Amino acid sequence: MSAGEDVRQLPEEPLPEDVVNRYRVMQKAGGLVAPLLTVILAFLISGVVVLLTTRSVSDTLRTYQGIFNGTGLDWFFRVGSYSVGVPFTGARVWFPWNTNDISSQAAANLEQTLLLWTALVLVGLAVAFAFRCGLFNIGGQGQYLAGSIGAVLVATELPHVVALPSILLIVVSIVAGMLAGAALAGIAGLLKGTVGAHEVITTIMLNWIVIWVGSYLFAVGGPLQTKAAGAAGAVPSSADIPDSAKIHVFWGDPLFQGLTIGFFVAIGSLVVYDLLLDRTTLGYEVRAVGHNPEAARYGGIGVARNYFVAMAIAGTFAGLAGALDLLGWKFREDITDIQSSSIGFIGIAVALLGRNTAVGVGLAALLFAALQTGTASRSLDPSIFPPELASSLAVIIQGLVVLFVGADVIVLILLRRVRGRRQQRAVPA
Amino acid sequence: MRRLPRGWRAAAWIGVLLGVLAALVALPPIEIRSAVAPLLVGLVALTVGIGSWIRGERRIGSYAVAAGVFGLLIGYLATRSSVDKLDAVVVWGALFAAMLRYATPLAFASLGGLFSERSGVVNIGLEGMMLTGAFFTVWGADRTGTWMLGLAIGIVAGGLMGLLHAFFSISLRADQIVGGTAINFLALGITTYLFVKLYGSEGTPSDVSTIPSIHLGFLGHGFIGDVFGRLDLLIWVAIVLIFVVWIVVFKTPIGLRIRACGEHPRAADTVGINVYAVRYGAVVLSGMLAAAGGAFLSLGFNGSFTPNMTAGRGFIALAALIFGNWRPFGAAAACLLFGFASALGVALQTYSLSISTLFTALPYVITLVAVAGVIGRSIPPAAVGRPYVRQ
Repeated sequence: MSAGEDVRQLPEEPLPEDVVNRYRVMQKAGGLVAPLLTVILAFLISGVVVLLTTRSVSDTLRTYQGIFNGTGLDWFFRVGSYSVGVPFTGARVWFPWNTNDISSQAAANLEQTLLLWTALVLVGLAVAFAFRCGLFNIGGQGQYLAGSIGAVLVATELPHVVALPSILLIVVSIVAGMLAGAALAGIAGLLKGTVGAHEVITTIMLNWIVIWVGSYLFAVGGPLQTKAAGAAGAVPSSADIPDSAKIHVFWGDPLFQGLTIGFFVAIGSLVVYDLLLDRTTLGYEVRAVGHNPEAARYGGIGVARNYFVAMAIAGTFAGLAGALDLLGWKFREDITDIQSSSIGFIGIAVALLGRNTAVGVGLAALLFAALQTGTASRSLDPSIFPPELASSLAVIIQGLVVLFVGADVIVLILLRRVRGRRQQRAVPA
Repeated sequence: MRRLPRGWRAAAWIGVLLGVLAALVALPPIEIRSAVAPLLVGLVALTVGIGSWIRGERRIGSYAVAAGVFGLLIGYLATRSSVDKLDAVVVWGALFAAMLRYATPLAFASLGGLFSERSGVVNIGLEGMMLTGAFFTVWGADRTGTWMLGLAIGIVAGGLMGLLHAFFSISLRADQIVGGTAINFLALGITTYLFVKLYGSEGTPSDVSTIPSIHLGFLGHGFIGDVFGRLDLLIWVAIVLIFVVWIVVFKTPIGLRIRACGEHPRAADTVGINVYAVRYGAVVLSGMLAAAGGAFLSLGFNGSFTPNMTAGRGFIALAALIFGNWRPFGAAAACLLFGFASALGVALQTYSLSISTLFTALPYVITLVAVAGVIGRSIPPAAVGRPYVRQ
C-alpha cells in the first residue's frame, strides 16, 4: 500500500484510478443518477430476501411500507395549519406541521430518525473530509467513541472541580469530545505524513484500541466505572452526567431520546464543511493534496501537514457526533454500547453514497437514518415481517449499497455507452 | 545452514532472550520472590536493546526493547502477587494450549489474506468471510449431521464471499477497501438474518456434530502432553498449512505467478500470466481459508454460532499478516503472539476483569507500532490495492 508506493514506484505504469479519483470523476459526471440507481438496486435485491422470507409479493411491499412508516417520515404527510415558536423570542409563526405532537408514533419515530441523522451526518463528514484529502478514514467508529468518552469524562468529572454554568459545561464537554476525536484521527494522519503508514490500517487498529481501552475504563473494576450507590459496582458503565450537562431537547421527551439542538449543529457542520473545503486556503490545500500529492508538493503545499490537518478535522467531526450523542440522549457510556456500536462504519456508507459533498452527505444520512429507525423492531408489524429480522435486513441493505457504490463507475460507463450509441445512431441519420 | 547472527544482531537477540528471562525468573516454576531479579535482568535487556537499536539493528533491537519492558513489568507484577494466584494463572501447559486455540482462527484467516494480498488484492473483508464460514459450518453440520460436510459447506460459503469480492474488485475494478467493507456488512447482515430466522432465540443446537480433537495419549502428562495431547483437528491442519503455504508461495511456479501479479501485474501479463485468473483464484482461496478459521471458531472452539462472533478477529488476522510482513512464518509467529496475549488475557481474569479487557487491545497496539515503522518496516506487495487493466 502506501509504503510500497513510496519505496517501489512503478514508473511505466500509469496510476490507476484509485477510490479518490473515482469519486472525483463521479462528482463531475453522474449527478444523482448513479447513487439513485445504487440505492434502488440495493432495495430490489433485499426485496428478494424479504420475498423469500414472506413468500408473497404483497407482503414484501407491505414490509417496505411498514419500514417506511416506521421511519416517521409519514409525519410530514399530516399537513395542516399550526404554529411554531421562534427560538429566543416569544413569537410564534405559521408552520404546516404540528410540532406540539411529541408523543404520537410518527412523531417519536421522526425524532429518532433525525437524532440518528445528526450523528450520521457528522460521522459521514468525518469520512468525506478525509476522502477529499485522498485519505480513506475507516476510523470514524473509534473517533466517535473517543468523542463520547472525552465528553463523558469532562461532563462527569469537571463539576467536581469547578461549578460551571450549564451552557459552559456543555460547551467544554463537547470541545473535549472533539479534541479526543481529533487527537485519535491525528495519530493516523501523522503516521501517514511522516512514515507513510497506510491510514486504512492505522485507523482500523485505532478503532479497536479505543473499543478495548474504553471497555477497560468502564468495565467492572475499571478506573472510571460508576461509583453510584445503586449500581453497587455491578454495572459496567460510566457515571451518569449531571442534568446541567444535558443538551436541550427542543422536540420530544427530554429524558428519552428527544431531538436535541445537536440537530442544528449537524446542519451547521454541513455548511462549515462546504465552506471550509471550497472557500478557504486550508480547504484548497487539502483538495490539492487529495487531487495529486506529488503536484501539490511541487506547488509548495506541505503534504504531510495536510494529511495531519485533514485527519484531525475529520476526527473533530466524528468526535462531535460522539459528544452530541452522549450529552443529548445516552447520558452515560457503557461497554456493551462501546462494543456493539457500528455508527462509524455506516458513516463510510454515508460518505460514499453522498459522494463527499455536503448535500449528498445530508441526503445519504437521511436514507440510512430512516432505514435504521424503520427497521428497529418496535415499528414493524410482526404479522407481516418478523421485526427481529428487520435490523439484519438493514445491515444487508447497507452492505449492498456500499458494494454497488464502490462499483458505480460501472453504472456510469454503461450510461455513457448507451448515450454514445444513441449519438452514433443520430449522426448518420 | 545459514550463519549464526553476529555482532549487534546477536546482542539484540540476547536482549530478547534476557527480556523473556526477566519475566520467567519471577514465574513458576522458578518463582524468585524478590523484585530485584526481574528488574535487573529486564534493565539489562532494555539497555542491550537500545544499544543495538542505536547501532542500526532496528528490528531486532526494538524486539529486545519490547521484551525488556514487558519482562520487567510482568516479572515485577508477579513478585507483587501471591504465590497461590500466580500458580493458578501461570500453568504453562494450559497457557500454551490456549495460545494454539486462539491463534488457529487467526492463522487460517491470515494465510488466506496472504494469498489475496500477495496477488494484489487488499482484503479487509476477512472478518466477514470468517463470519460466513462460522455460520455456514454450523448450519451445514446441523443439516447434514456430520462436521465434515458442515466444514465443506462453510468453506464453500466463504469461497463465494471471496468470489463476490473478486468480481467487484477485479472485474468491475471497484475500490478494494470499499468492497471489503461491503463484504463485512453483508456477511454480518446475512449470517445474523439466517441465524435469527432458522434458530431464533434458542441458538444453534447443542448436539451439533463438532470437529473432533486428536488424542495423543503417548505424550503423557508433562508440558508437551498438556500442550499437544488434546488438540482440535483443525489446529493440526493450521500448523501443517503454514508450511504448505510457505512452499506454495515461495517454492512453486504458482506462487511465483501469484507474487508477480501482486508486485508487477503488467510484467506478469507480458510473460503470459493471466492476471485476472490468478487474482480470482487467490481471492476465492482467501475466502475459503478465512471461512475455515471461522469454522474452527464456531464448530471447533464453541460448538455453536452466535451473531457477530468473530468480534474483530478478522482484523487481528489482517494485523498479523502486516506484522508478519506478508510472509507465512512471520504471520504465523504474529498469530501465536496475539494468541498468547489472548490466552494470558483470559487467564488474568483471575486477577481482574478490567485488566484482562485492557489486554485485548494489545495486538492492535503492537500492530500500530509495527506499521509506524518503529519495528523494522512493513513493506506490502507493490501493486496491492490497484486494479489491473489489461491492455
